[in-house]
Amino acid sequence: MSIQDQIKSEITSQDIVLFMKGTPQFPMCGFSGQVVQILDYVGVPYKGINVLDNQDIREGIKDYANWPTIPQLYIKGEFVGGCDIVREMFQSGELHTYLSEQGIEVKTPAKP
Amino acid sequence: MTVKNTIQEKLTAAFAPAFLEVIDESDQHRGHGGWQEGGQTHFRVKITAAAFAGQSRVAIHRLINQTLAAELKGGVHALAIEAKAT
Repeated sequence: MSIQDQIKSEITSQDIVLFMKGTPQFPMCGFSGQVVQILDYVGVPYKGINVLDNQDIREGIKDYANWPTIPQLYIKGEFVGGCDIVREMFQSGELHTYLSEQGIEVKTPAKP
Repeated sequence: MTVKNTIQEKLTAAFAPAFLEVIDESDQHRGHGGWQEGGQTHFRVKITAAAFAGQSRVAIHRLINQTLAAELKGGVHALAIEAKAT
């Protein structure tokens, strides 16, 4: 299986997949940590993939999404954005709307 | 020329922004991953441009990232983007 196929199968293995540096328990980068905090706050299940564990995935994911930086968030197989976009979407309430539209239940309601 | 100046020039040439601020935040990341002595590794870009109108956030970030591809492949480790269409 090529690295791009491997990435694709990871991305589609769960509704929400986060490619990050470190793990959700121990983020190794502030930007990855911010996305973890948002997802934890929203209260959705997600799979964190530590790109520091695998150099091929670390480089391959940049090509996959045509996106040069980590973290990268995927929802239902679609690339949603990096740290800045996820934070903007969270703050504007769009992230909640998007998750609901995708049929993903969120625990915490959007901020009024 | 500093990396900050290069980023400013490239973004100005590409998007003719109505507003542009490039902030070198490297000092805030001292000792973190990707940081190196001398800094110039972590940047924040605040940009407003008519060129972004009607485009999704992902599309806008891709345009900016492509414009700065050489810098991102080189010493720039992190680029925070706050982009708005005019």
